[in-house]
Amino acid sequence: MPRIAGVDIPDNKPIRIALRYIYGIGPTNAEAILKEANIDGLTRANKLTEDQLANIAGIIDANYAVEGALRRTISQNIARLRDIRCYRGERHRRGLPVRGQRTRTNARTRKGKRKTVAGKKSVKALK
Amino acid sequence: MSRSLKKGPYVNEKLFRKVEKLTQMNRREPIKTWARACTIVPEFVGHTFLVHNGKIFHNVFVTEDMVGHKLGEFSPTRTFRGHTTGTKAQRASGTI
Repeated sequence: MPRIAGVDIPDNKPIRIALRYIYGIGPTNAEAILKEANIDGLTRANKLTEDQLANIAGIIDANYAVEGALRRTISQNIARLRDIRCYRGERHRRGLPVRGQRTRTNARTRKGKRKTVAGKKSVKALK
Repeated sequence: MSRSLKKGPYVNEKLFRKVEKLTQMNRREPIKTWARACTIVPEFVGHTFLVHNGKIFHNVFVTEDMVGHKLGEFSPTRTFRGHTTGTKAQRASGTI
């Protein structure tokens, strides 16, 4: 199993797909990296030579923020918003959608599982 | 959609002049303003603004981190105090 950028060990898939198992690398970045490294994206990850793997690893190291480093930047950005007490920071703090979406319905990704409130109209209607 | 780069950030002229005047005089008193849409520029750092939210003026002390945000982002227009616990009946009888 090849190892690129730390702990990631994608295998047995075309390298352009396998690279996407690295946090911070999606379809676009994967293609760009392979183009720069001059590797056919359809080669299976375990069929790559050591040199090719080293090349890919080098390119990622030099140009891309991935895994821990990327996660850290993201959480730092959010922490900054929280610290300055701006509207977006408040929304992060409350666990509500940040970009102006409606919250009357939906928004379940941010709000988590529904907490049913007893005595609400819809609950009574169910009975 | 973000604002055209050609125009640069929106900064309320009057407010900007006022800030510069205060900086020149080396005074740091709060500036009352309604210009919520005004972007915070580096010149504002260290000043205090009283930003209107439609009802009251919120005290906003500008730090370096706030540059690039708008004044209005720091003066919330809505109050949410959380939902009450308990059922309607409990609330009506005043047990909560």
